[in-house]
Amino acid sequence: MEFFDRFAIPHPSPLIYASMVAIGLTVIAIIAGLTYFKKWGYLWREWLTTVDHKRIGIMYLLSALLMLFRGGADAIMMRAQLSVPENTLLDAQHYNEIFTTHGVVMIIFMAMPFIMALMNFVVPLQIGARDVAFPRLNALSFWLFFMGAMLFNISFVIGGSPDAGWTSYFPLAGNELSTSVGTNYYMIAIQIAGLGTLMTGINFIVTIFKMRAPGMTLMKMPMFTWSALITNIIIVFAFPVLTVALAMGTMDRLFGTHFFATTNGGMDMLWANLFWVWGHPEVYILILPAFGIYSEVISAFARRNLYGYKSMVGSMVIISLLSFFVWVHHFFTMGQGALTNSIFSITTMAIAVPTGIKIFNWLFTLWKGKIEVTVPMLYSLGFIPIFTIGGVTGVMLGMSAADYQYHNTMFLVAHFHLVIIPGVVFAMIAGLTYWWPKMFGFMLNERIGKWTFWFIAIGTCVAFFPMFISGLDGQARRMYTYSESTGFGIWNMLSFFGAILLAIGFALIVYNIYYSIRYASRDIGDDPWNARSLEWATHNPVPDYNFAITPEVSSSEGLWDAKKRGHTLFKGPYKEIHMPSNSGVPFIMSAIFFVFGFAMIFSMWIVAIISAIGIFACMAHRSFEQDHGYHISVDEIKQTEAKFGGAKE
Amino acid sequence: MKLKWAFLSLSFFVVTLLSGCNLLVLDPKGPQAERQAHDIILSASIMLFIVITVFSLLIYMLIKYRASKQSEDYEPPYIEGNKWVESIVIGIPVLIIVVLSIVSVRSNYIVESAPEGYEEEPLVVYASSSDWKWHFSYPEQDIETVNYLYIPTNRPLEFKLYSHGSITSFWIPQLGGQKYAMSDMVTTLHLAADEPGEYMGRNANFNGKGFAENTFNVKAMPQADFEDWVEEVKETAEPITEDKFQELLEPGHLGQLTFNGTHLEFSPAPEGENGGHQHGNSEHDKNQHSSEEASEH
Repeated sequence: MEFFDRFAIPHPSPLIYASMVAIGLTVIAIIAGLTYFKKWGYLWREWLTTVDHKRIGIMYLLSALLMLFRGGADAIMMRAQLSVPENTLLDAQHYNEIFTTHGVVMIIFMAMPFIMALMNFVVPLQIGARDVAFPRLNALSFWLFFMGAMLFNISFVIGGSPDAGWTSYFPLAGNELSTSVGTNYYMIAIQIAGLGTLMTGINFIVTIFKMRAPGMTLMKMPMFTWSALITNIIIVFAFPVLTVALAMGTMDRLFGTHFFATTNGGMDMLWANLFWVWGHPEVYILILPAFGIYSEVISAFARRNLYGYKSMVGSMVIISLLSFFVWVHHFFTMGQGALTNSIFSITTMAIAVPTGIKIFNWLFTLWKGKIEVTVPMLYSLGFIPIFTIGGVTGVMLGMSAADYQYHNTMFLVAHFHLVIIPGVVFAMIAGLTYWWPKMFGFMLNERIGKWTFWFIAIGTCVAFFPMFISGLDGQARRMYTYSESTGFGIWNMLSFFGAILLAIGFALIVYNIYYSIRYASRDIGDDPWNARSLEWATHNPVPDYNFAITPEVSSSEGLWDAKKRGHTLFKGPYKEIHMPSNSGVPFIMSAIFFVFGFAMIFSMWIVAIISAIGIFACMAHRSFEQDHGYHISVDEIKQTEAKFGGAKE
Repeated sequence: MKLKWAFLSLSFFVVTLLSGCNLLVLDPKGPQAERQAHDIILSASIMLFIVITVFSLLIYMLIKYRASKQSEDYEPPYIEGNKWVESIVIGIPVLIIVVLSIVSVRSNYIVESAPEGYEEEPLVVYASSSDWKWHFSYPEQDIETVNYLYIPTNRPLEFKLYSHGSITSFWIPQLGGQKYAMSDMVTTLHLAADEPGEYMGRNANFNGKGFAENTFNVKAMPQADFEDWVEEVKETAEPITEDKFQELLEPGHLGQLTFNGTHLEFSPAPEGENGGHQHGNSEHDKNQHSSEEASEH
């Protein structure tokens, strides 16, 4: 029985058993449902094998929402545990696992797929392309991410979750101090998802460089596409560092190497450095697309062109460069001395300048505008003040001598949540609401949407502002409990209250989707927001081939030119459209990756070797496969266009 | 009117926040913590100025340019950008960052060196962490404590930090900011206490199950009292032995303990030739050997 012992949870509790049962029942329900409604074929043909960037985007979106609730459940449990002093809701081990998975899930399996979802869906449309440059690689990216996410998520019912923090610092994450397989899950699941992200990076750089519509020079790209381009360049430079660090960590844990061990010449500080050399650019990988979304939304609803286009692009380029030169600020307190700290203190604070330019450019985009406060706009307007507070506290943290007092405290926790939530989460909800009609052909309810915004915005402030105070009063982060005499109780109770407001807000998003599916009008036309850029020049929802005729543009606001200045977007007659065909290989290969990862985590070498051979077999299959895609005839295009209510000329 | 109220309530909020609550970090009892509190208040005030600017601009734009305030046929103009506006928007933040950088660099050198203005030489204390306790060795006095720290006031303190396991962070908020303790090297933290009193100290860096309770008490007292305490320890405390020390290193929580002698004699700190990155193994072995000899005496 020894073989099976390792699959047991080292630290079971009723909560975990309950989730096991819940997961089991959900899986059975899904399988039964698919069989009963005879949807297996549909699922396979339309989704699992698809290479369409729009469908891949939607799958990213669903995964991100799912993970938002997984990470959110962790967050609520943490805040509940800390809401009163000496609480016994969770014990130390359980709390440690929860804050670890909260961090990993929210950053890697929620925020990342959310930006991937919007990039996938929107970028090809914004540049007037039919798909991304490598559609099948795109499918592989998604499935690798998805399998990585699922692998990570089964950790808490099979073998135990990682418990060394989302930063997973060695030697705490080493074999000696983390004996369960939890950290193996961390190393391998993130590795698999990270490979997918790296492929996306390459894919989108090529797409944006090579597949823009005629007339769209680099400086005529919509701002979201610009942000996506820079983000993907950062991905290509930053993710290999994570890949290497995780590979070294895996070898330390599975094969007895000593890269990060404290004996035999290993260096624990090396992990911290490698992690943050990836980790800090990662923050900008998340925030730049968000900036892109705000640029689109604010310009659309101020009914004005984006103020300072060139400086917007320039500031993103500067941010992307600086993002690689600030990693040491995550550990000013490691003892590298005054000179090193001074250099990184200055580079860190310098990032405030390009970020400030962006904030002021958004404010000046409102200037002389005609501001309509729709739901996406509401999030963008809410983002500016809250993000400014989060951002300026970042400058305070950049003062390295003072950082000795902020480091590892709730002050830091308040700071990064107040930049990530308004920066990324608000942007994702804004983008989701804004592009929803493009994806599904109906709009989300505005009234419920506004209620949702207020719950989330007020919840964010109530949950995180008190942490500035308790942090300055000496509350370290990641403590599972504290005594009454510390006086932290009141602040943590407030935070818990804010967390509940946030939870209500996120639940309202789901309710809004349900409500709008049932009641929203399907007759919204192609351009319900009266927007400016190219993605609104095609139908809602978008046909398979995106544009019946490739559009031609002469500015970053193609559609606006067409509406206001008599620009002709679509010239010439219909021509046959060449499309990529579906393939099951990305899904199958990723599924094998899942098995491979699981085998590695539990050191089942034979299974690992067999599945590794399977992975290479999939790659070999692709090399010898003849696949020229398929063609949509002019007749078919005409039929489809007619169905969508007339051709777009 | 709205603006004025917003400003008033904001400044009221900040004033209450910074002075009313008596927050540990902003209630410094030593020169290093004072410098840090000064930096915090300074940067917070400058940042408050930026926050107010952004808030005011946002409120102004929202009030003035709402669609509901404008005529139906108003068409917003096309505005490319303005050199002057953008220069101001870049220039002022650059100036602010330059000022803060100068302050930051100066503070770095201040907190990274022994506090000035004291006559005596620094008191050296080795603070090492193990799961989940702190060992304080006073080589000069040749005594050792666990989970509590007595220090003299008005004398610079030089903490030599290292860890017997995972990375921890030594932090006494009222005396100064934290620094990491790691197992393969020794880091130095300079502090000093100006007022007698009891202070909270803890490990601030997550190190597993017992992290929340990984705290210690600090008591600062005049030099004379400190010397009395050392005398008392020397007379009453048990000597620390290698076996006893190994027992103490076992994961768990201990109360406050006091010993004669320090563990540094038989288990030296990872500095100099004992550092974790000495690649000459023979030297390392030789040293191990000599420390074994030392413990046999």
